[in-house]
Amino acid sequence: MTDRATPLIRCEHVEKRFGHKRVLRDVSFTVAAGEVLSLLGANGSGKTTLLRIISALDRPDRGEVWLGPVPLSSAAAEIRRYVGVVAHAPMLYDRLTGSENLSFYARLYDLEKPQKRIEQLLRTLDLWRWRDDAVRTFSRGMTQRLAIARALLHDPPVVVLDEPDTGLDRESIDLLTELVAHLRSRSRAVVTTTHSIERAQVWGDRVFELRGGHLHQIGCPDRNTL
Amino acid sequence: MAEISEVEGVTHREGGIAAYLRRVWVVAEKDVRAEMRSKEVVGTMAAFSVLAAVVFGLAFDLRVPRSELVVPGILWVIVLFAGVLGLNRSFGSEVDRGTLAGLLLAPVERSAIYLGKAAANLLYFLIVEALLVPALLILFDVNLLKPIVLLGLLLGTIGYVGVGTLFAALTSRNRARETLLPVLLLPVLVPLFISGVGLTSVILDGRATAEAWPWLVIIGLFDALVFAIAFLLVDVIWEKG
Repeated sequence: MTDRATPLIRCEHVEKRFGHKRVLRDVSFTVAAGEVLSLLGANGSGKTTLLRIISALDRPDRGEVWLGPVPLSSAAAEIRRYVGVVAHAPMLYDRLTGSENLSFYARLYDLEKPQKRIEQLLRTLDLWRWRDDAVRTFSRGMTQRLAIARALLHDPPVVVLDEPDTGLDRESIDLLTELVAHLRSRSRAVVTTTHSIERAQVWGDRVFELRGGHLHQIGCPDRNTL
Repeated sequence: MAEISEVEGVTHREGGIAAYLRRVWVVAEKDVRAEMRSKEVVGTMAAFSVLAAVVFGLAFDLRVPRSELVVPGILWVIVLFAGVLGLNRSFGSEVDRGTLAGLLLAPVERSAIYLGKAAANLLYFLIVEALLVPALLILFDVNLLKPIVLLGLLLGTIGYVGVGTLFAALTSRNRARETLLPVLLLPVLVPLFISGVGLTSVILDGRATAEAWPWLVIIGLFDALVFAIAFLLVDVIWEKG
């Protein structure tokens, strides 16, 4: 999955409609290993729908998405091991502690000896002190950081971040920026959405905007000048 | 804030039937752990069951000559309706909290999620029935603690949980799920209900145990059919994630 010759994400002619509304029209792009694609767009422009399709949570009406050489339409459950997703909902159980939540997902992903990995992520995301607290006592920012830890737990080659900066304070956003750079340096393919043009440019190697269901490239930031 | 260190090598265990059963266990254990803290499902089901038993007790106390005539029906009616309350939360809480997507994103067979949920639900039902049977003994002076009755109740509960968990998954993302689930579920449960009442009546009437076996066979066949259909349908239910 991490061969640089093959794009880790290949989205070809994807279309999606809800009733009469065509949300995505002929959307095509690729994301290589070590590349970050930032996606901008107004509310309801189809960003989340596109990310759900890439995450194998939804299917396009037309077109195909490949993760590495594997088309999602014919992929087995195992393909989901290659994707980590941060969505609008944190996908965390509020009655369980932060540590228990990560332990649950680690076991679902069949990780071997996950405790070291859980500790590493909780320390990295500054949650170690609260590891034994129930998630329902967490602030919005802490919950979002734990959701990021959950998404990266199985070290996926493809990372999908749907507005990961929502509810984060300045310090946490800096950490997130560092994390995106780290994922790039580790040859992960990252697709992220945000409402902040500034952050889209800082995070992304290419910046696209979804408008009227079509994907428009609006920027290719020069990393050396950022 | 800690610096981002190099990622430790993350390795996965091998698959196979042991891995499948482990995933079933992981889902069930998570549900039970969360339930032990919230007591949301068992608390509601238990309270409903005991209250319903009391209401039935008041309703039939003066009018029925022998309690054995009505207790089989009361037992299964209470189990049926208390079950609907619990089953609604099985996937409903996952949808409400946005965690269903987390389960569906994991490289886990949909049937393992279904079986894990069903196992947790079975435990909740058995806890509630463990309270209900003594409550009926106290209120109606009818002893349901007989091996064949308990076996029938266990098998009936397994079938009910099997079909109920499947329908709960089916209706979980519908806004009207709380009314939709009983409307869909109760007609399907008619054979189970009739067999359960029939079996319990045979034993409470003091008839020969052999008369109870046909009812047990029907319940067993119902269970087998339910789980076979569930395994065929469970992937389709979550086709769109």
